[in-house]
Amino acid sequence: MRRETILNIAIPGILLATALIAWAMGETYIITLATRAAILALAAVGLNIALGLGGLVSFGHAAFFGVGGYAMGILAFHAQNYMPLWGVIEGTKSMPIIWLVAIVASALTALAIGAMSLRTSGVYFIMITLAFGQMLYYFAISWPTYGGDDGMSIYLRNDFPGVNTLVPLNFFLICFAILAVVMVLADRLGKSAFGLALQATRQNVARVEAVGLAPYRLRLVAFVISGAVTGLAGALFADLNRFVSPSMLSWHMSGEIMILIILGGIARLSGPVAGAMLFIALEYFLEDLSHYWHVYLGAILLGVVLFARGGVVGLILGREVAHD
Amino acid sequence: MTEALLQTRAICKSFGALEASKDVTLDLHNGEIHALIGPNGAGKSTLIAQISGALRPDSGQVIFDGQDVTALTTTERARLGLGRTFQISALPMEFTVLQNVVLGALGQRGRAFRFFRNVMRDKALLEQAEDALDQVGLAEFRNFVTAELSHGQRRQLEVAVALTLQPKAFLMDEPMAGLGAEGSHRLTGFLDGLRTRAPILLVEHDMDAVFALADRISVLVYGQIIATGTADEIKANPQVREAYLGEEDAA
Repeated sequence: MRRETILNIAIPGILLATALIAWAMGETYIITLATRAAILALAAVGLNIALGLGGLVSFGHAAFFGVGGYAMGILAFHAQNYMPLWGVIEGTKSMPIIWLVAIVASALTALAIGAMSLRTSGVYFIMITLAFGQMLYYFAISWPTYGGDDGMSIYLRNDFPGVNTLVPLNFFLICFAILAVVMVLADRLGKSAFGLALQATRQNVARVEAVGLAPYRLRLVAFVISGAVTGLAGALFADLNRFVSPSMLSWHMSGEIMILIILGGIARLSGPVAGAMLFIALEYFLEDLSHYWHVYLGAILLGVVLFARGGVVGLILGREVAHD
Repeated sequence: MTEALLQTRAICKSFGALEASKDVTLDLHNGEIHALIGPNGAGKSTLIAQISGALRPDSGQVIFDGQDVTALTTTERARLGLGRTFQISALPMEFTVLQNVVLGALGQRGRAFRFFRNVMRDKALLEQAEDALDQVGLAEFRNFVTAELSHGQRRQLEVAVALTLQPKAFLMDEPMAGLGAEGSHRLTGFLDGLRTRAPILLVEHDMDAVFALADRISVLVYGQIIATGTADEIKANPQVREAYLGEEDAA
């Protein structure tokens, strides 16, 4: 087995083990942290499809994270208040339905944003995705129906058929299972015909055109898939916190998702998971040390960018190439 | 003669005051190698860019396979069967050699929106890709990362990718560049056999190769074609000798 394959199993394995040990020891807070890591990892796995495979430096992925979050929030809000949306849609507390809506809503958002943004490249692409993200952020702030600036609380965690989602470990396992499934799919995607063509657009656009493939369409589809995955993560994140607010849409969030990938290793399947675990662990340990723990995070990030471009996974694997 | 497969009709292209293409009319017929030569700065690259679709001419038309392709993108022209190689190797450097040719085969098949099956286990694509590597003599390097290849091997891979496209016409921009005498000689032999599969519009600085291969030669000077003819006709043309081969030769 290749070393990267082993890592792809081992890194999520550590996350699972952490949650199980915490459960055995009755450490509920650690389970919550592990859940947060799994969800953020999922968001970053999504971004990694655009960023890692496609080389699309999207600084607006919070838009999809937030749209997923608000999809959950709005559906649950109408369900808990018995106040149908537009008098017809009753809302729902069912996770599978919420996930589906979150995926579709964030995919459509990504289609609209991507269709316009992908006409640019380089710095302009970064700026335009950032601008679209901020547009949604300010829109959410000024939308009083759903809490505006204050956000809105969902009183009870949503339901999953046959599972008591109020038990922290159960909710972790749901999130972890989704992460695992999406990672398998993302792995397949990377090795598929589409993945090959997409990775070629990152490396040499002229070549892709010369073999008769259309880079814009490849990138747009990648962007939509990427946004949909991050949107699903947003729905789970809102469910974890039982709270949705515009901060999910802010550019800080976009930056955080990107930082996870850089910490863990760009274009590596388990990079986002390693990055999310490291990020949460740093937050947990450093926050005790100092309220300004982001300073240390910044220093570590600087170290990774300067000395370990491949992130954690890259450090472990050395120069082994990122693909078959 | 039969209808030309590829044709430029009175193409003009200017960059400010610089006329890079002036009324360029050029054609390529099935079964031939048509070489385009000219000194540096003559406008060869600009012309190639207009034929491949990277640049739009200010006026004039590009006709390919009976169709006006002037307004089509590079991608669309490639799909119609125009297979090009680049002057400076344009290869995804992180890919293996095999991945590069599989990408070509995938482009030829034209169904890139397949998200689940491992493309490197697709038998039909692999066969097509490996066949192309065999033809240019790169088969043993299939698992090398492209960035590890020598300059000459990258040139060979350029040609191999063009082969996977199974094009109706080849557009080759200095395939011999930097190959060295032996490599250049080998590629000359290969291209010689290739013309029966699809005609080649060949931009080349290597005059030995051009004179050995070309059925016809066009000479581009200051954006204009000053002569078109067989190797002997071109060698004997006084204008060409003066403009291109150097005046000391003409003396």
